[in-house]
Amino acid sequence: MRYAETGFHLEIDLSRGSIERVESDPKLTTLYLGGLGTNARIVWDRVPPETEPFSPDNLLIFGTGLLCGTPAPGANRTIVTTYSPQTLLMAYSMMGGFWAPELKYAGYDKVIFRGKSPKLIYLWIHNDKVEIRDAAHLHGKGAVETQELIRQELKEPNAQVAAIGLAGENRVYTASIEHGRSSASRLGIGAVMGDKGIKAVAVRGTKDLHLARPEEFMKLCNEVMHYIKAREDKPIPGVMPILAGLGSPQEMLHIDEKWHTENFSWGNSRVRRKDFWTKEVEEKWKESQLGARTRLISCYNCPMKCGAIISLPGMSTYMMKCFTKLTYTMAAFVDDLDFGFRIAGRATEYGVDGFSTPQIMAFAFELKEAGILTDKDFAGCPSDNEGKFYWLLDRIVRREGIGDVLANGTHWAAKQIGKGAEAYAHNNIKKHEQLPLKLGMLNPVYFLMYCTGEKANITQIEGQFPQAPFLTMEEREDFVKDWIHVPDEKFKQYLLDWEIRGERSNPNYPTVDMSAEIVDWQEMMHYIDDALGMCAGLSSFPLKPPYHIHNLPHFISAATGLDIDEAGLTQVYNRNRNLIRAINIRRGLKRADEKPPEDHWRKRFPELEEKLLDRYYEFKGWNHDGIPTRETLRALDLGDVAEDLGRRGIITNE
Amino acid sequence: MSNVTKKVRTIKIDLDKCNGCRACEMICSASHANPKYSSNNPERSRIRLIRHPIKDVYLPVYAGEYAGAECAGRDKYVIDGKEYDECAFCRASCPSRTLFKEPDSGLPLKCDMCEGEDEPLCVKWCINDALVCEEREEEAEEAEEVKPGDMEMGLESLADKYGLQKIMETVARMSKKG
Ligand code: SF4
Ligand code: SF4
Ligand code: SF4
Repeated sequence: MRYAETGFHLEIDLSRGSIERVESDPKLTTLYLGGLGTNARIVWDRVPPETEPFSPDNLLIFGTGLLCGTPAPGANRTIVTTYSPQTLLMAYSMMGGFWAPELKYAGYDKVIFRGKSPKLIYLWIHNDKVEIRDAAHLHGKGAVETQELIRQELKEPNAQVAAIGLAGENRVYTASIEHGRSSASRLGIGAVMGDKGIKAVAVRGTKDLHLARPEEFMKLCNEVMHYIKAREDKPIPGVMPILAGLGSPQEMLHIDEKWHTENFSWGNSRVRRKDFWTKEVEEKWKESQLGARTRLISCYNCPMKCGAIISLPGMSTYMMKCFTKLTYTMAAFVDDLDFGFRIAGRATEYGVDGFSTPQIMAFAFELKEAGILTDKDFAGCPSDNEGKFYWLLDRIVRREGIGDVLANGTHWAAKQIGKGAEAYAHNNIKKHEQLPLKLGMLNPVYFLMYCTGEKANITQIEGQFPQAPFLTMEEREDFVKDWIHVPDEKFKQYLLDWEIRGERSNPNYPTVDMSAEIVDWQEMMHYIDDALGMCAGLSSFPLKPPYHIHNLPHFISAATGLDIDEAGLTQVYNRNRNLIRAINIRRGLKRADEKPPEDHWRKRFPELEEKLLDRYYEFKGWNHDGIPTRETLRALDLGDVAEDLGRRGIITNE
Repeated sequence: MSNVTKKVRTIKIDLDKCNGCRACEMICSASHANPKYSSNNPERSRIRLIRHPIKDVYLPVYAGEYAGAECAGRDKYVIDGKEYDECAFCRASCPSRTLFKEPDSGLPLKCDMCEGEDEPLCVKWCINDALVCEEREEEAEEAEEVKPGDMEMGLESLADKYGLQKIMETVARMSKKG
């Protein structure tokens, strides 16, 4: 018997309309665990690097994490993997909610799509019964609406549905996959889903999921629940509210947005409004948020409440999480939060990424102001800030006029527009729009994370180490006292010695060596979470989370019966990390691509930055170009990967 | 007949505090697995969350008595403008719906208040306090009340479906084989 996982994949060939239930190789679980790890192995094995994102040969994989559906709180992530139309690299967006556990209860660990359907369809998985159904009647329907319509037509109120909206159907590069209060938004995976002609995937499962060593596993789960309760009663002092507690950023709960509105940039990631958060604004925003929010909600088997149901008069109800309430508001220079909730509702139905999309619009209006785009491009566009944004959002998701160009994201749009537009696409890493954050002094740890993150998304790599030093030694000592999460005691010293000013401060401290180690630890936790389907909000993202490198091996062992210890888990992390690097290297990723937006920090240090990158590569066992060496790959049982890279002349004689 | 005190457990359900996590379903099904915790499957839970996020309906319902026949009339509640499904508040394992039945055998499920545990496990796992257990002592007249166990309830439902005679024949046949 297989434990924690079901041992089966669904293979769907959309071109031929075939459905197969295939047993997976347990050896892959041992090597890569599951979720992102096994997804990546499938991509490496089955999707050649020349494959275009919109080719029928590209795969779209919905993978559940290894622990999804087990009693482990917060293990509910679906990892969606494909080649991104935007970055052209491997995309892996994650969504929480209820879909992954439901798929496990239906008896599958992954759904793997290949080919392309000639007409719009949806997949209905009900335990052993799996059908491809016509979705012609769902054409153009909203992503939230579609989920509801499918549940009604199947008469299955408990079916879990992941769907795309119009943006996905039209292959907008920032199209998301929406599922209840969650979404897999980044890197344009909704566009690939639309390209394949899949409107939605609906699942209902009523089977058992087994544990290898139940008593031991439940003891660990109880400890985690206990820790969550205690940790919630004891927020971390000296950091901003969203970093003090657990969960994804508690944006639906907190009203106080002084930090974001004054530190993040408005418009096309340009202007900081340092006196924005007045008493008056606070009152108004509070009213908007409390008025819009009907309930705080969670994902499967998690006590946190990171999402909210948003109900506003005159529009359909939807669910929201994270920063989306701010991204449109700030990009459009609208001081009224009500606008944020309203436009996000429309955007969610369209199914677009709430990070990139507002930036694309702000970028377009900057180009208009600069005379690079003309009035002709904006014929019919209202002149007020709110109206403008609604108008352009509609054009983008419909790919009408200038919207068709902008639908490819700022990088590709700027290339196509020319006339100097490229300078306005200034906030990208690896062709992908970033948080609108512009800061003063370079932080060496963040520099490395921005550069080298395979997903080009800072929140998917940062987490366990504080973002900034604590002011006083007393605070630092207090912080390290119960910092059980460190993989090594030395990290405590790094934090104790980290000063706001002087010799031991940014950019020279943490030192180059320390920075590589800190980044390695932080990304390790994300890679483990992404293989297990664990929510980062209870694990790799917040400070002092319930899950960490010391207890996770026990969870995996008790759940699966594999005996894995910290060293073993670290090895799996390194294997997954290197495999994904190899996939992207084979797709053409270069050292030159690994850089933050030019203006991310005002104070830059080219020499130091080179040293940081050199050291990080060396630490990882990569060569000067960021390519894993033969030895590194072989030591991780990735000898075949090394050989492939050798044959392609990517790894040369060493 | 002498008076005895018995412990009565009441679970207070605060719909406003429910975040829809379904931890209650998970832990109930896991704790009733055999061996305990060896598997989980919300479909086997004796508490189910009736959940329509778009309508803001979050309603945990406990499995109550097995009902051999469905009601002649149904009810549908509207509370604060929110319309709940037909029979939403009903706890019965009833032929009219799939709720509170074992997914494979179709046998009825019933909440046993986690007898033997310090606290009902669904309550323990609901750390948002949508479920809170209150225990009180009550004077009762009868000595010992006979509670039907899972098996008895299952047999009763089978008897409703196939007739007692058929079941006895089947059991006789099975015991010969064994
Ligand atoms: S912490 Fe938040 S985002 Fe993560 S599983 Fe829980 S409710 Fe979902
Ligand atoms: S555990 Fe509590 S909050 Fe979660 S679904 Fe059940 S009743 Fe609601
Ligand atoms: S009290 Fe126990 S048996 Fe009843 S629903 Fe809760 S967990 Fe299940």
